[in-house]
This record gives sequence, structure tokens and C-alpha cells, in this order.
Amino acid sequence: MKIITIAGRELRSLFLSPLAWTILGVVQLILAYLFLSQIDYYLMIQPKIAGIEGAPGVTDLVIAPLFSNAAIILLLITPLLTMRLISEERRNQTLSLLFSAPLSMTEIIFGKYLGMMAFMLIMISMIALMPLSLMAGATLDYGKLAAGIVALILLMGAFSAVGLYMSAIASQPTVAAIGSFGLLLLLWIIDWAGSNSDKGSELFASLSLLRHFENLLKGLINSADIAYYLLFIILFLTLAVRRLDNDRLQK
Amino acid sequence: MSNLIVADRLTRYYGDHCAVDEVSFTLKKGEILGFLGPNGAGKSTTMKMICGNLAPTDGAISINGIDLLERPKEAKAELGYLPETPPVYRELTVNEYLDYCGKLHGLKRAALQKATLFAKERCGLIEVANRLIGNLSKGFQQRTGIAQAILHSPAVIVLDEPTVGLDPIQIREIRSLIRDLGEEHGIILSTHILPEVEESCTHVQIIRQGKLVLNDSIATLKKQLAGSSFILATSKEIEGEFLQSIEGVNTVETLKGCRYRIHFDNQQNPAEMVAEKVIQSGYGLRALTPEQRSMEALFLEVTRGEEG
Repeated sequence: MKIITIAGRELRSLFLSPLAWTILGVVQLILAYLFLSQIDYYLMIQPKIAGIEGAPGVTDLVIAPLFSNAAIILLLITPLLTMRLISEERRNQTLSLLFSAPLSMTEIIFGKYLGMMAFMLIMISMIALMPLSLMAGATLDYGKLAAGIVALILLMGAFSAVGLYMSAIASQPTVAAIGSFGLLLLLWIIDWAGSNSDKGSELFASLSLLRHFENLLKGLINSADIAYYLLFIILFLTLAVRRLDNDRLQK
Repeated sequence: MSNLIVADRLTRYYGDHCAVDEVSFTLKKGEILGFLGPNGAGKSTTMKMICGNLAPTDGAISINGIDLLERPKEAKAELGYLPETPPVYRELTVNEYLDYCGKLHGLKRAALQKATLFAKERCGLIEVANRLIGNLSKGFQQRTGIAQAILHSPAVIVLDEPTVGLDPIQIREIRSLIRDLGEEHGIILSTHILPEVEESCTHVQIIRQGKLVLNDSIATLKKQLAGSSFILATSKEIEGEFLQSIEGVNTVETLKGCRYRIHFDNQQNPAEMVAEKVIQSGYGLRALTPEQRSMEALFLEVTRGEEG
């Protein structure tokens, strides 16, 4: 119950600041542009591939690229959303309200995380509306679309967990934003390192956020990929709980 | 009566620096404990430890019989805390904020409404209830912070400098609020303002460099403070010997302009005697003023006295 209370306030505070609205607007605008240009491209090549057996359809050529672009834009934007979660409370000294209330550290962290995820779900559903609008004139591969949405949700869950942890570490929101952006980008591109040589690339590839996302986006719901995201989220949330508890124990 | 707070040899180190050193005290229902000390003496650190915002390096705390370190959730339910800076969210209105705080303490609809209304009334927040906290003056923010601390009617209320930033009228209101609350709850408040302690507290603790140097009730203190000297003013100068010879007078200090400070033993006050003799001898009595040692003098004595 109390977790929901914290999550509710977090979501409310997000929408009380212009930040949430601006981000929703900007993301929607950019993705709409990309979506339209992708449709243009599809209309251009449609006559050419019409005759080919087993050619990629509209879901592969429009929706998959849209979602992978969305992932990159959200990579840039999530740190801005998550940066205030804890570091701002620490700066404004409102954290002591939560500390002296009958709450465990886990409840505080989960509350914050759920609040952030609720916002992410709003954003993802806004993004998902674009491909759904194609239903008017085309047949969609709903399985693939669902897989894409699941992929985005899991990815946002991972981004938010990292952002929350960084916000628990940093004493200033900006530092938290830079920290989480850096870490996310590193995990995004980590498989580039080994791509030239065969050695070690397996390990890096399995660490990469991007690889697992791409698998899901292809419509391939693999328990390994899902486990990767869940473990990733649990790891960073646990670290955040530990870090917050350290505030009490400090020095 | 049972103890609301039992602090047992609380110790807190920051690195090598010892901020609080084996502080022990108890608080009973109906007591208002004033926590005094110079800056950096460890007042806030002690309060944070009582409220579970800081883990003590050593020692134990129990709130209403519940161990804070072993069962923090249950102990914290009995606790209302106002930190130095009121922990308010600037983007919420007073109503929203108090609702949020009440829900964090597990209050449900009807109880929640009753509690927030009561807290708003007690702290004079009714007329600003729908305004954003960020737009309120420091005084109202402070009151919102106090409202948050008393909202769930906790057994123990801890207030860290509750009257900072308030105007004199508000200070009076808050002090009487604290006195009222003190009848049903146990209250600890820290402050720099000495008259505040004299006025609203029943007990005083003075902390210096992390150590408790004084722990007494106001009543006993006042008795101790009741002066051992008075000032005599006359129209003609008196020879020193004359006053000295009066029974009960210990020493006489001659001040400027025919004024004398007369020290005596606590038990017998020679004021009547002195007045009689002075009039009889025709020195012309003008004034006889008992001198009271102020809380301030005591505070300075205790916090400075034992250095070195």
C-alpha cells in the first residue's frame, strides 16, 4: 500500500513539473517524424518487394525500426527523468520524511521505481499508438508488435533501474544524469569492443543491452533475454537499496 | 509511568571524529525535554539517531518500549520528526502533502481526514490548505513541517529547532502548541533560544562536544538559579564596613553611583535586615533588586566552564 503511495506521489510530482510534459511531447514529435519517413520509405520499396516470396512486411520495415529508434531516444532521455528520484530529495532534505516514516528502504526504492515505471508505461503506450494507427490500412503482425512492446518495457525497466541507482549515489541530480547516461551508453555499445576479434566478444555481447533488445524486437521471445533484463533490474534495485541504507550508516 | 524514549549510551563517530559520546537519557509521557548546546555539539546528530535517520555507532534506543534498531518499522510508527529543514515538497499543496504523510503512516480515509484536519487546526494552516507549499513563507513551511510531525498522533515528537524563521506571534503560538501537545505526548525539542526552554520545557539537557553535561528538570534548575545576590541603591554613599557587618551578608561589591551588589548564602536572605539598617542610618534607600542568574549564565557556565 505504502509503495503505491510513494509511487503515486512520484508520478504526480513528475507531471507537476514541465519536465514530464516536455519529454512526452519531444519524444512523440521526433518519433512521429521518424515514423512518417519510415512509412514513406516503405511505400517507395513496396512495389519492388511485392513479388518476392516471404518478403519483410510492414511490421518489420516500419515498426521494428521505429522501436529501435525509440530505444535510442529513450536512452538519452531516461537519465533526465530518473536523476531527481532520490538525489533531489536528498538535496531538499525531504528524504528524512521517508526515513522517519514506518517504511523499509526496500519499500522506498520500490515505490520510486514503480512511479517511474508508471511514467514509462504512459510513454510506451503513446509510442505504441503510432504503429496501431496503421491498423486502418494494413494488416499488422500482432505477435511481433507485442514482442516489440514487451522489449521496450523491459528495456525501460532496465534504464530506470540504472537511473534510480545513480540517483541514489549522486548528491546532485546532474551528476546522477551524467552517470546513468554514461553507464547506459557503455552497456549499449559494449559489444562493439569484441566485434572484430572472436575472442571475448561472446561475453560482451551477452552483457550488451542492445543485443537482447534486438532479439526481442525480431519477435523472438527468448527466456534468456527476459532473464537478462529481470536480473539486470533486480541487481540495480538491490544496489540502490544498499546505497540508500548507507545514508543511515554513513562514514 | 513507562518511558517513551530510552537512549542508552548512544555513541556516534564520523570517521575519527566523535560527534556524540555515550549520551543516555529517558523521556516520560508528559515531559517536554529541551535540548541545548552550542553549534556542532551533537544536538542534531542525537536527534537523527533517535528518529532512525542515522544509525548509532554504539548504544541502544527504544521508543515506547520498542527497540528502534531491531524493529525500526514499529518504532517509527510511534515517532513524529521535524528535522532542521522542514521536509516539505514544494510542488504539492498543504492538503496534498499532509495526505501523503498520513498515508505513509498507514492512515486510511476517515482517520486520515480527521488527522489532517486536526493537524491543520493545531498549526493554523486552514487558510493556506490549498496553496502550494513552495509559495508559502518560511513560517508556514515550518508549521507544515510541525503538522506533519504531529499528524499521526505519535507517542514521541522530536522537533529540531521548531521556532526558527517564525515571527514573534507565531513563536508564541507554537510554544503554546508544544505545551498543549506535551500533555499527551513526550516531546524533545532542540533550540538555541534559551527563553524558549525556560518557557515551554519541563526538563533541560545541555550537550557539549558530544557529552551530556547537564540533565535536570526546570523546577530544580529554577531553584538553583534563584539568586544569591541583590543590588542595593542608596542616595548617599555607604562605607563598606557598614554593610559587611549586617548578619547574613557574605561579600559586598561597590558599583558606580551608590550601588552595591550584596552576596549572601542561599538559605537566609538578609534583604529585610539590610533595608531596615540602611533606613535607620539615614542613607536613603532607593532600590533593592534581587538578582537572578539567567539561564544564559548557566548555559555559558556549563558549556564553557570545564574546558581544558
